[in-house]
Amino acid sequence: MNAPLFDVGQRVRIHDRTPPVHHRVPNYVKGQVGTVERVCGMHGEPEKFIRGDGNPRQRIYRIKIQQENLWQEYQGSARDCLEVEIFEHWLEAAK
Amino acid sequence: MNEPWGPHDLGGQKGGPVDLAEHDTAYWEWQIDAMIRLSLKKGLISDFAELRDGVEQLTQDDYDRCSYYERWAKSLAHTLVSRGVVSDEQLTKQIESVRRRQEAGA
Repeated sequence: MNAPLFDVGQRVRIHDRTPPVHHRVPNYVKGQVGTVERVCGMHGEPEKFIRGDGNPRQRIYRIKIQQENLWQEYQGSARDCLEVEIFEHWLEAAK
Repeated sequence: MNEPWGPHDLGGQKGGPVDLAEHDTAYWEWQIDAMIRLSLKKGLISDFAELRDGVEQLTQDDYDRCSYYERWAKSLAHTLVSRGVVSDEQLTKQIESVRRRQEAGA
C-alpha cells in the first residue's frame, strides 16, 4: 500500500472537473481549497467500477472547508466548517 | 463549479421544506434491497458505485417521477441487462407475467 500523498493539516484543492460517470464529489465542493482533517481508509475508485473492479484502490481523506468559502451569503461564524470525504485522485496540494 | 452531474447532484441548491414524516418500507422495497445485496454478493455487479451510476444516468423526468427504490430497481435492471445476466426479452416477459398475475388477483 502506497504512503498517503497528503498529511493532516495540509492545504489541498479539490479538482474542478466532471467525468461523465458516477463520482463521489458533490458539485459545490469542486475547485474548493480545504485542509486535510484526517487520513481515512482505502476504497475502490468509484469511476472504475463500471464493468470493472475499482482497482487500484484509492486513499480517502476527510477535507475541512470553511463554510464562508462555500456559500456567498453565509451568515454564520467564520470558524464554521464543512467536512467532506474525498478520494486522493481528486486532490492536489494548494498554497 | 461545473454544471451539476446529473439530477441527483442537488447539494447547495435552494430546495423546499424537508418532509420529515416517517414512512414504512413496503415489501417490494425490501425485495429490491435484497436483490441488490444478492447481486453484489454473487459478483453480478461490482459495487454500489455501479448502481449509483445507473441512478445518476436517469433522465431528470424519470429521476423526479420515481421513488428511491424505484430508481434502484431501474438501475439494477439496466445493469443486469447490460452485463448480459438477463436479456431484455426475459425481463420484459417476466414483467408481463407478473402484471397478468396481479391483474388476475385484483
